[in-house]
Amino acid sequence: MRTDTHTPEEMMTIAAARRLRDHQVVFVGIGLPSLAAILAQHMHAPNLQIIYESGTIGAHPEKLPLSIGDGEIAETADVVVSVPEIFNYWLQAGRIEVGFLGAAQIDRHANINTTVIGDYDHPQVRLPGAGGAPEIASSAQEVIIVLRHSLRAFVDKLDFTTTPGHLADGGSRSELGLSGAGPSLVITDLGLLEPDPERNELVLTSLNPGVDLAEVQAHTGWDLQVRSPLPVTPPPTAEELATLRRLQASKA
Amino acid sequence: MANFYDTLAPAVAELIQDGDSVALEGFTHLIPSAVGHELIRQGRQHLTLIRLTPDIIYDQLIGMGAADRLVFSWGGNPGVGSLHRFRDAVERGWPHPLEIEEHSHVGLANAYVAGASGLPFGLFRGYIGGELVRRGHMVPLRSPFTDEELIAVPAVRPDVTAIHAQQADRDGNVMLWGMTGIHKEAVLAARRTLVTVEEVVDRFEPRHNSMVLPGWVINAIVEVPRGAHPSYALGYDRRDNDFYRAWDAISRDREQFQSWMRMHVLDTRDHAEYLDSIGVGSPLAGTAR
Repeated sequence: MRTDTHTPEEMMTIAAARRLRDHQVVFVGIGLPSLAAILAQHMHAPNLQIIYESGTIGAHPEKLPLSIGDGEIAETADVVVSVPEIFNYWLQAGRIEVGFLGAAQIDRHANINTTVIGDYDHPQVRLPGAGGAPEIASSAQEVIIVLRHSLRAFVDKLDFTTTPGHLADGGSRSELGLSGAGPSLVITDLGLLEPDPERNELVLTSLNPGVDLAEVQAHTGWDLQVRSPLPVTPPPTAEELATLRRLQASKA
Repeated sequence: MANFYDTLAPAVAELIQDGDSVALEGFTHLIPSAVGHELIRQGRQHLTLIRLTPDIIYDQLIGMGAADRLVFSWGGNPGVGSLHRFRDAVERGWPHPLEIEEHSHVGLANAYVAGASGLPFGLFRGYIGGELVRRGHMVPLRSPFTDEELIAVPAVRPDVTAIHAQQADRDGNVMLWGMTGIHKEAVLAARRTLVTVEEVVDRFEPRHNSMVLPGWVINAIVEVPRGAHPSYALGYDRRDNDFYRAWDAISRDREQFQSWMRMHVLDTRDHAEYLDSIGVGSPLAGTAR
């Protein structure tokens, strides 16, 4: 599925980058979140404070890193701190404005699984695990999730709840003592989803260019709520595309 | 007081025994890969491997049957995908079943902090609303000063921690810089410690984002240039991202994995021969930038 001018993947990355504002403090994982944050920094958010769990604060990578451990991230950071410090002093203390996560599975309340597909003790697929995600999702003031839209990923019931989103129904985050507001946006290659404030269930709020609603519904494992009228995500500008492609060509 | 060894093999033989709990730490940087290879050459078994981010060297140890147990918080090939030997052990019990103890990064990091601090447990805010807490040894604990519920995680005290670092001086002090990860906590939490370094120098120079571990908390130091490969030592070499990508194909198939390990680890005498065998040269000493 490819439009004349851009791929769905490029649209997803650009939509994620647009969401980040200059001077925001964002904690990113490697892959799409990292790419989107670096893209934002190379466009409208030059002072975006990018933090990786490898302890780098204020990274300004010129080239796209393969991992959170690439030298490029340490060498361009304002400061590098230890792993306990990045999680305890910076994340747990509430200094992170946006936590930016990926996921293997997500449910209608934006809870996330990155642990196993199948039964925990006898998994069909053993995934890498939690990493920093559970506490990023608890302690960041806001969480953005980016992942490809598929039936395997958008499931009615998670095989394992690694990381809390909005749990079940409205209000339960604060009842449990989760300090951050939780997921505010899910960005996919097909569109944008945001939680309904009353039920905290994901609602499709924007359709990416060239995608029709039936396609999104066919790739979602529950009866998806849809905003009406449903806008179309503004397509990538020439500058956004050129910057993204230049970055991807620089990948370490 | 740190003892200097001319070669890695006797240091590993003296410090690490079958059945030990071993932390070969390194948060994507300064990973003591040469120590892991030496454990494989010496045929160590029944190890408990501890690390926040098990990557290629733990995949190799697991695939070669050296580990009975893994304590971890994220097990993948960073930026590439799965660790196929780790998955094969968990999903299909090959070459034998692997017991896992799973944490989040925050949880395991605080378990090391507690170990380094000589405390019985670490305390943090975490695991709320997820299922991991039921799979580990974590215990909810109410703050005695507020109503908040926190999580207690038992301290991690490895029998042995090994790390790689950029430099040691002649007194056995160790200097590292760049992403120092959880090196300090892992060293201070351990009963015995082994450090491989890029280079032994007469004097340390001041470095941005650096730390020094005094020689009296270290048992053994060995100069092993590029001892972290395919990870790296900032200032000496670069992360070998091509190798991380190549590992995906090498490790996917059991027989291909075994023949690769035979050729490049079991049939090489030491780390310099390993580097030669995979076409990565040793850097010259004194190349720190």
